[in-house]
Amino acid sequence: MLTLARLVHDQMVAHCLTGLPEEACGLLGGDPVTGEALTCYPTRNLAASAKLYTVDPKEHLRADRDAEAAGHAIIGVFHSHTHTEAYPSATDVAQAPDPEWHYVLVSLRDIQPVVRSYRIRGGTVTEEPVVLQSR
Amino acid sequence: MPVLVNLPTVLRPHAGGAKTVSSAGSTVGEVLTGLVGEYPGLSGQIIDSSGALHKFVNVYLNDDDVRYLSALDTPVKDSDEISILPAVAGGAVDPRVPRPS
Repeated sequence: MLTLARLVHDQMVAHCLTGLPEEACGLLGGDPVTGEALTCYPTRNLAASAKLYTVDPKEHLRADRDAEAAGHAIIGVFHSHTHTEAYPSATDVAQAPDPEWHYVLVSLRDIQPVVRSYRIRGGTVTEEPVVLQSR
Repeated sequence: MPVLVNLPTVLRPHAGGAKTVSSAGSTVGEVLTGLVGEYPGLSGQIIDSSGALHKFVNVYLNDDDVRYLSALDTPVKDSDEISILPAVAGGAVDPRVPRPS
């Protein structure tokens, strides 16, 4: 289960909408044990593409250090699908970097953004519940 | 000379669970090769079979991505710190074709 602080959810969706027409991406900082995402780290999409994303490595390093300093860790990544549903693509699965991460998809295909989260382990995709937490 | 190397969570099990390890060398490549020598489980995860930096990792010397320096030939000195993070990328294969349901 992924728990998203309301602010994290809103920052994530806003970053994805702002990134249109390209895919947008970012990292989630939080507690790897409870699956609670407490910080949104919007990052540049170095691929600058409507089909692909690459998290800017320098921004990743900054986010990683910031999360560690707060006693947290990077627990997942989010990116938008501009014209498809919120489900990991073959590229997403093949390049999933960490089996312990949460993989959040924000679909902008419809009027309302759709947020869904997955675990990707050994090429197997499993959807997990997303809980919004008001703070 | 020994420098500290920060490992990402996904590689820590291959280094006895350590978050930070120490390895010696005068370039980033020497340090990483030494690291793999000490922890053979890291073999193929940081440096690929052609001897280049693996495309699925990013390696930093202090604050800088070594791909923008001299990659594995980047010189290191005593107080330097190397960090390894996974390269994070993906995306929709074809935005016009939704996944069949």
